[in-house]
Amino acid sequence: MSQQTDEPAAAQASSPVATGAPRPGPLAAVRRRLPRSTFGRHALVVLLALVAVVLVLELTSPFRNSQFATMSYYAIAAAGLTVLTGLNGQISLGHGALMAVGAYTTGLLLGDDGTGLPLLLVMVIAAAVTALVGAVVGAAAARLHGPYLAGATLALAVAVPGLAIYFDHTLGGEQGLPVASPDVPDWFADAVYFLSANETPTAKYLAYLGWGTLLVVLLLLANLMAGRIGRVWRAVRDDEVAAELAGIRLGRVRVLAFVVSAVCAGLAGSVLGVVVRLAAPSGFTIVLSLGLLTAVVVGGLGSLEGALLGSALLVFLPPAVTNLGIGAGLDGTQAAQLAPFVYGVVLVLVMLLAPSGAVGVVKKLWNRSRTNRRGPSTRRTG
Amino acid sequence: MTRRSRRSALAAAAVAAAVVLSACGAGGRPDGGSGTDAAPAVGITDTSVKIGAHFPLTGVAAPGYSEIPTGAKAYFDFVNAAGGINGRTIDYVFRDDAYNPTQTSQVVNELVLQDQVFALLGGLGTPTHSAVLDYLNSEGVPDLFVSSGSLLWDQPAKNPQTFGWQPDYEIEGKIVGQYVAQNFPQAKVGLFLQDDDFGRDGELGARRFLDKQIVAAERYTPGNTDVAPQIAALQAAGADLVIGFNVPSYTALSQLQSLRLNYKPQWIYSNVGSDPGLVGSLLARFSEGAVTDAGLLDGVITTEYLPGVDAPDDPWVQLFQRVWDEHGGDGELTNYRIYGMSQAYTFVQALQAAGADPTRESIVAAVERSGAQFQGPWVAPFRYSADRHAGVSGVEVARITGGTTESLTPVLVTDNGDAPITEATGEPAAPPANGIPAAPPAG
Repeated sequence: MSQQTDEPAAAQASSPVATGAPRPGPLAAVRRRLPRSTFGRHALVVLLALVAVVLVLELTSPFRNSQFATMSYYAIAAAGLTVLTGLNGQISLGHGALMAVGAYTTGLLLGDDGTGLPLLLVMVIAAAVTALVGAVVGAAAARLHGPYLAGATLALAVAVPGLAIYFDHTLGGEQGLPVASPDVPDWFADAVYFLSANETPTAKYLAYLGWGTLLVVLLLLANLMAGRIGRVWRAVRDDEVAAELAGIRLGRVRVLAFVVSAVCAGLAGSVLGVVVRLAAPSGFTIVLSLGLLTAVVVGGLGSLEGALLGSALLVFLPPAVTNLGIGAGLDGTQAAQLAPFVYGVVLVLVMLLAPSGAVGVVKKLWNRSRTNRRGPSTRRTG
Repeated sequence: MTRRSRRSALAAAAVAAAVVLSACGAGGRPDGGSGTDAAPAVGITDTSVKIGAHFPLTGVAAPGYSEIPTGAKAYFDFVNAAGGINGRTIDYVFRDDAYNPTQTSQVVNELVLQDQVFALLGGLGTPTHSAVLDYLNSEGVPDLFVSSGSLLWDQPAKNPQTFGWQPDYEIEGKIVGQYVAQNFPQAKVGLFLQDDDFGRDGELGARRFLDKQIVAAERYTPGNTDVAPQIAALQAAGADLVIGFNVPSYTALSQLQSLRLNYKPQWIYSNVGSDPGLVGSLLARFSEGAVTDAGLLDGVITTEYLPGVDAPDDPWVQLFQRVWDEHGGDGELTNYRIYGMSQAYTFVQALQAAGADPTRESIVAAVERSGAQFQGPWVAPFRYSADRHAGVSGVEVARITGGTTESLTPVLVTDNGDAPITEATGEPAAPPANGIPAAPPAG
């Protein structure tokens, strides 16, 4: 299973074992002190990331906080999608619709004034409902390939927002279903105040909520990818016949990948609902699904870091470009039109110059510099 | 390193981290809140006031609607060139939400938190603006003159900061309904409705007068461009007069579809769906050139509450033409730009009514207090008061002929519910010579 074409993320995760004897140098010394279990290593990274998140959220302005909250739900969904597409080789143009399922479930369960179920429970239920939908869609998707799969999931993306309009008495129709914004729990505000002497406005709380969810999702996905299930997914992606000969049941594996991905999309939708305070059909158009796919591709297919990077681009690039445009003397309308244009140009450039995405390029440079430094004798064979 | 020493090293690191965290933190809250300080005025200084808006500048809803903020901007530039209001220039920032509520929430966050606007002006769209309604009200940001005729904006108890502006769809439906009942008493009426609040409110108003005459009510789902079933059903029901509460693209679609079916009822479209310029260009696009102008709309009845570019002699249009020529960008003056300028004109009045040192609270109070007396290009007064935040109270019924409109009724004024429809009293307002509303008398 460990072949040269293996995923960069997995290669990194398994490198201490794969490279055999410990190498001298400070890096190796650090590496030796890392927890031995994969979960432990990932948990350590997530813990460090949590510290970074707290620092960043406490040091940035409320507006940046709200942007980070936005980025978190894109990243959760993109992480799920990158697992599905990058690891299992299934394309989905319907993740926007799965997010809609999560968002609408959240809206319905939270109630008009937030007096419904507690938020965390609602998020779990939203993920479960989306998993159910994902299982149904995945069962159909498992039989399809390439363009047919893209077409089927595209139909999902088009149909689900239509349902919200059709059942407009329950789901609010075109103008959407209001989602109650959660109050900041006192214990949470106190804890943040204890650490940083900052108050916690709702925007910041939502950013914490989103990033907390994101880190948990990343932790679980990273483990899944490094373990047996991840290897099986990759095996199915790389060679179906070989995988089947090895005793892997393709259909079941594909449905599982779709369900895992759907759970992420459902959680993302749930976070989106409380951050945006509304679930409306016009928020879950095909544009959202395509946006997620571009985020995954630009960042680097199949890598969680790439999903993070891609969603950051999705959130931070358009306003930055718009403001640059205004700064350069364009009027508001022209500057707004510049943003999709630049986004398209970036996408085309990435496809042309770095088909493996940003993370792929970084990995390649990193490996090359290491090879140069160490000479050819330490060439890794994986 | 043995396993044991590694574990103790880890423990030591954890303790160290905890000590550092508690040392750099604040520990606990100081007793006695300092949160009672009056917040410094946001978005307003002695020389400027910053306001924001969200509009679809890209995407499907952009044609037409993206022109509204350019009109408002031109009018504010005009005011600024004349020295501003009470020495303050108006800094107008508008951002693109692509008619997507998710993006609306992002750009409004940006406007409120990053740009630190004093107020929002004319945010467009029912689903889009719904997404930020709670947020703006909980943050105490004045949310003035929403660009949508939904009844959602008139809930002062729940949303004290939010004000509607244009006539809501219910009173428009009532006035159209009464006009049809009086002038086409024998007509079999069909309704062509957008399947949301827009169509629902319009139907509610129309049914007050036409319930017995209505033979069919057909609804379309926005986004689905096939209206053949609806038009065929109207034709089959024998409707010889159809009232449409729909957006401009569906005016074009319904016209093309009835052309295909050789169905020729008397069409009545709500104000929203009847802009001849936009519908004409949509007709040309949808029919791939087979229909080249708005000629199909000849004889169509609609409603108006603002003067349009088809009336170049109207003093308000002349004023706005002057503003656009002096401060506008590319392109011609359009009805959408007039709409934006009229909203800007209303905002200037609100700012003046709020006195020499406006705050977020005082501008809301000023609109409630004197908004009903604001005079401008709109045909009927606003319904603003402490317990109403509803916009323009009336429309006139008009017929589109040869690209212009002729009035069929005087301006008719009414209110929601079973309020009677009356003719507007009082002369139409004339624009001030310098084009900037005069400050209202104090008190």
